[in-house]
Amino acid sequence: MLDKNGIARRIAHEIKSGMYVNLGIGIPTLVANYIPKGIDVVLQSENGLLGIGPFPMAGEEDADLINAGKQTITTIAGSSFFDSALSFGMIRAGKVDLTILGAMEVSENGDIANWKIPGKMVKGMGGAMDLVASARNIIVAMQHVNKAGESKLLTKCDLPITGLRCVKKIVTELAVLDVLPEGGFYLLERAPGVSVEHIRNSTAGKLIVPDVVPEMNPD
Amino acid sequence: MNKVVDNADTAVADIQDNATLGLGGFGLCGIPENAISALIRKGTKGLTCISNNAGVDDFGIGLMLKTRQVKKMISSYVGENDEFERQLLSGELQVDLIPQGTLATRLLASGYGMPAIFTPAGVGTEVALGKEVRNFNGKDYLLEYAFDIDFSIIKAWRGDTHGNLVFRKTSRNFNPLIGMAGKITIAEVEELVPAGDLDPDHVHLPGIYVHRIFKGHDYEKRIEQRTVRQS
Repeated sequence: MLDKNGIARRIAHEIKSGMYVNLGIGIPTLVANYIPKGIDVVLQSENGLLGIGPFPMAGEEDADLINAGKQTITTIAGSSFFDSALSFGMIRAGKVDLTILGAMEVSENGDIANWKIPGKMVKGMGGAMDLVASARNIIVAMQHVNKAGESKLLTKCDLPITGLRCVKKIVTELAVLDVLPEGGFYLLERAPGVSVEHIRNSTAGKLIVPDVVPEMNPD
Repeated sequence: MNKVVDNADTAVADIQDNATLGLGGFGLCGIPENAISALIRKGTKGLTCISNNAGVDDFGIGLMLKTRQVKKMISSYVGENDEFERQLLSGELQVDLIPQGTLATRLLASGYGMPAIFTPAGVGTEVALGKEVRNFNGKDYLLEYAFDIDFSIIKAWRGDTHGNLVFRKTSRNFNPLIGMAGKITIAEVEELVPAGDLDPDHVHLPGIYVHRIFKGHDYEKRIEQRTVRQS
């Protein structure tokens, strides 16, 4: 079974040189820590930056330089700033190659719910609906089951939807799965020490299991 | 073309109760601190505020919530604010939550003189309820309208006496968009220079969109999430 950093580390393998990538808040933010050396990637921050760098050294924080999670950051060489309309313009036009975000639920046809829980204070969708409606490739980082042990990979989302038929791949503490265009979660890899049976019991939506399901490489 | 006014109080003096305002900034980054303070001193009530966020309890728009000056917020994300939550749950405050890219592009439409836009954000969600859906090339889009804003209040890094503005780093965010969407746009700047001192090639928002400009002072520029690395 993977912890949050393990999920982030596995997702980092999906990032290839030359990609422009948008990382959501939470586990997706951790992915930046595991992008292999030598991979030439530019991270987009939807508040208006291409080329997010590491956090600043203490004393070098700049109130005018933050990411979409409102954290102080730095820039890499070759970065650029722009306004919020251009930022979502490049997202909507499909210029961002990969979007990695968290989810509360994903359905077997790729619907995602990640912005609202009825009965709880609604904080807003931020840029999530824009990202999922337009991104060419969406990978979701999420827990396979909730705290009560109930599956979050469902036939149909119970929570209010953020976007329809958009998720392509899911990485959880238990598995890596593709969402097939015709519907269904296709089991690609098991987390270290996790059985296919465990994954089957934790997946409420349609699960497709090939004859051989390799254990993922944790590095 | 001199747009300069003395101070924040003069700049906001004619903003009446129940006006619709646009306010620049993302989180607490690039917010018009001086104009917000002036609105609190003036006590204007019943405001509808279009702003990506609603500040925090003791800073930004959060200060205007505390003084009950805001009737309605139109935002994409309103977390990090206990007083906001209290007023929302008690029914004192209305809120319209809209996707961030939709917010930005509706503002852009206002500034570009276009009545509406089509965007895929929110298709199939509760955001789409009651909205016209149009299919282009096999994909569904929502019709979303431009905004009608009485006063836009924005913050830039540098500005000249003609109202030309230059923003700094990610504090640009919604500022030029809010700025171009207002019937009257008020800009506060950290540095006010004579016309001719800004390189025209470096102007982010041309002064034609800016009606009043003043030099702000005592900027706190509060950081919401201070994050640092050790090495």
